[in-house]
Amino acid sequence: MKYFKKVLAITVKDLLLEAHTKELTPAMLIFSLIVIVIFNFSFEPGMQNSDIITPGILWIAFVFAGMLGLARSFAEEHEQEAIRGLMLAPVDHSAIYLGKTLSNLVFLFCVEIISVLAFGIFFNINIFPILPGLAVVLGLATPGFVAVGTLYAAMASNIRLREILLPVLLFPIIVPVLIAAVKITGVVLKGQPLSGVSGWLNLLAAYDGIFIIVGVLTFEYVIEE
Amino acid sequence: MKKMDIAVFVLGILTFLAISLSLYMAFIYTPLEKTMGAVQKIFYFHLPLAWIGFLAFFIVFLGGVLYLITGSIKWDNLAYSSAEIGVVFSTLVLITGSIWAKRAWNTWWTWDPRLTTMLILWMIYVGYIMMRNAVDNIERRAKISAVIGIAGFVDVPIVFMAIRWWRTMHPLLITSKGMGLAPSMLTALFVSLASFTLLYVYLLLIRVRLGTAMNIAEEIKIRLSDKL
Repeated sequence: MKYFKKVLAITVKDLLLEAHTKELTPAMLIFSLIVIVIFNFSFEPGMQNSDIITPGILWIAFVFAGMLGLARSFAEEHEQEAIRGLMLAPVDHSAIYLGKTLSNLVFLFCVEIISVLAFGIFFNINIFPILPGLAVVLGLATPGFVAVGTLYAAMASNIRLREILLPVLLFPIIVPVLIAAVKITGVVLKGQPLSGVSGWLNLLAAYDGIFIIVGVLTFEYVIEE
Repeated sequence: MKKMDIAVFVLGILTFLAISLSLYMAFIYTPLEKTMGAVQKIFYFHLPLAWIGFLAFFIVFLGGVLYLITGSIKWDNLAYSSAEIGVVFSTLVLITGSIWAKRAWNTWWTWDPRLTTMLILWMIYVGYIMMRNAVDNIERRAKISAVIGIAGFVDVPIVFMAIRWWRTMHPLLITSKGMGLAPSMLTALFVSLASFTLLYVYLLLIRVRLGTAMNIAEEIKIRLSDKL
């Protein structure tokens, strides 16, 4: 219980910081919207197969925006040497990992929710009846992505070429999340029940669990002042 | 060290003989395949290459785990050596697969689960090698490598599963490869598998020794610059 309090303390610290600076989430959100709009240009509006393409657009936007947030989440700590204080704090390093993962998750959720609303307007889709389904897929796919992403961002935070290497290292790893999320979102957008994609939902849940464990076990080796 | 030299030399000779034997078996001993013809011969190299690819990446994973547990740099050296060999072999898997696919399926590439998984695997470990070049501190590099090696290998079965389901939702281009192999073909395949495994062990040994020498040289360099 005490452990989770510590995790939450780190999350709250990040959220407070973001509430004061208001730098990261707006940038991520705008970027996500830009990706959605740009992709819209590459396809004819109202083309026949648009329901095949739209889930992909949505997830590319989320992953790209998420990548921006992840890259910043440790860069900020390094700029002010705040990482030293964080590491000196009397907590297990895995608590830092979980706290950071949780705050990254909150940021990306905010971006996703607003993006989905905008997406509904841009692509003329009535979002409200499918909101529960969307909530399920966002709630299952995002933690896996953020869990691996936070671990990799910590690794990339003080190596050369980090801006390039983070996506190069991270994208191949999250391929399963991307495939599953796109499949489920496609089904949700068509208004079909989620029971048809229970295999994909299980895969996402397994991925979340596995990579949170990997992160908790290995984070202490990669974090450094 | 002298004994080690002899062992490596003998292993080298054995590997040479084994690979020669599998070349003979693949090209002369086995009959020509009825429908695919000569291009089917790629199969005797393609499959062993893929096996070595997976084996090499498993060793990367193992080396990473052992490094994190023991903190001994030799495990990192082993993991990295294996990763390099694994990338070379999986590149060859992709190339030989493409050549075969062009003849057999009339396309250089299909999004078949096996092909796609291999491609993703290849990307993960190319990233691994790129990352190694971007970190100078030996210990830090070893730690990051270990974590990437572990996360990458854990990801492999999930990637394969995801891609298989993803494909089966679409009509499959090729449902079955139809591997009714003649006994002589099977023998040739096993000989090839064994000799490529020998080749892998041989390359790994040489690469590990090179890596050890490089680490020692690095240490001497640091010690010298401290003195100056």
